[in-house]
Amino acid sequence: MESAKKGKTQSKQPPRHPLDDWLRTDRMPHIWCPGCGIGTAFSACLSAMAATGLPKENFVMVSGIGCSARGAGYANVDSYHTTHGRAIPFATGLKLANPDLNVVVFSGDGDLFAIGGNHFIHAARRNVDLTVVCVNNYNYGMTGGQVAATTPHLAKTTTTPRGNPENPFNIPLLAFAAGAAYVARWTMLHARDLMDSIEEALKKPGFSFIEVLSPCPINYGRRNKEKALDTLHIYQEQTIIKNGAHPAELEGRQDGKIVLGKFWDVAKPSCNELYEKTCRPDFGKDHAA
Amino acid sequence: MKLWRVPLDAGHVKVTRGIVHVIEDRCKGCGYCIEYCPTHILGFSKHYNKKGYHPPQILNPDGCVHCRYCEIICPEFAIYSVEAPKPDTQPEE
Ligand SMILES: Cc1ncc(C[n+]2csc(CCOP(=O)(O)OP(=O)(O)O)c2C)c(N)n1
Ligand code: SF4
Ligand code: SF4
Ligand code: SF4
Ligand SMILES: [Mg+2]
Repeated sequence: MESAKKGKTQSKQPPRHPLDDWLRTDRMPHIWCPGCGIGTAFSACLSAMAATGLPKENFVMVSGIGCSARGAGYANVDSYHTTHGRAIPFATGLKLANPDLNVVVFSGDGDLFAIGGNHFIHAARRNVDLTVVCVNNYNYGMTGGQVAATTPHLAKTTTTPRGNPENPFNIPLLAFAAGAAYVARWTMLHARDLMDSIEEALKKPGFSFIEVLSPCPINYGRRNKEKALDTLHIYQEQTIIKNGAHPAELEGRQDGKIVLGKFWDVAKPSCNELYEKTCRPDFGKDHAA
Repeated sequence: MKLWRVPLDAGHVKVTRGIVHVIEDRCKGCGYCIEYCPTHILGFSKHYNKKGYHPPQILNPDGCVHCRYCEIICPEFAIYSVEAPKPDTQPEE
């Protein structure tokens, strides 16, 4: 049914989604499982890219490996599906080679913070002008639900059947401490805030990081007695928005709530800018980021 | 939209209305649009799409306020709303 509206206001709209221009529609439906939140996070990312008003040619999307990292393959912009953990080094190379590009990294928590953790901290330290969107589903979804560096303490995964004995990273704190210029956290249910945040980050020079909490009902949810909608209800009822909260206060939960918001947003010279100024003061002027 | 009290300026304020479209074969039946539509006008249809899921159907087309939340929450790019043409009986702002 295209629309149940049968009255005379019915417009004969072809079934073309507003984001179809930004999607590789020939690859739809995508591979993500029913109820997987990656699609919503990805949709927010594409909407934010569209909302900047910049042409598609200005954007490049880079992903590593994992379910979330399939994103690059669905974006109708130049995109790179790289090796596991290495999205940020590829993205850094792109930005250094062509500073006019707006480079977006869209990948998973395992890809960016386990195997790729070292790349993340150094890109943040150097303030490389990237927008990094991390879909945090608390596990390695693609490989069957193993424990990740983001799995909450005591949560069950295939490799922690008695519950995770370890504590997870507080990734906004990690990004902040390493030197990111912009740090935010939302859930995919807060899709409008997420969209606005990504748009803001895309327009901002320097290293921007956005964490998106997202359900993996198939691998994480199933082992933790959370159906897809249960996870969304947690996002609705057990979160609190505190813009400007210090990232060190985001450890675990505050009064039983997960803290969301924009935590950090400062202006500082980007990697390209510092490089040009320091190493090519005479002929780098037109390339300063 | 059902209002529990008719606003005093009801004659002047335009309530945006939307027309919802479903791209049925993209839907995977997660039900997010149905659960979070603020006016609760969506429900599962009885029929199956190509992939064997029940796509949403619009139970009350007049209730859509074109908030587009169904569109932005859908992980499948399977539902969206367009603004309905405004009836020209309402006075300009
Ligand atoms: C070098 C290397 N090591 C391990 C793997 C196996 N592997 C594929 S995806 C993945 C983890 C993905 O987790 P995450 O980034 O959180 O993505 P998700 O699937 O949860 O979205 C791993 C360990 C690999 N592909 N390459
Ligand atoms: S395994 Fe989990 S993360 Fe991967 S597509 Fe399925 S639900 Fe999403
Ligand atoms: S646009 Fe808003 S009111 Fe209309 S169907 Fe979608 S969620 Fe419901
Ligand atoms: S949110 Fe999208 S995929 Fe889920 S039921 Fe609605 S239309 Fe289908
Ligand atoms: Mg993951």
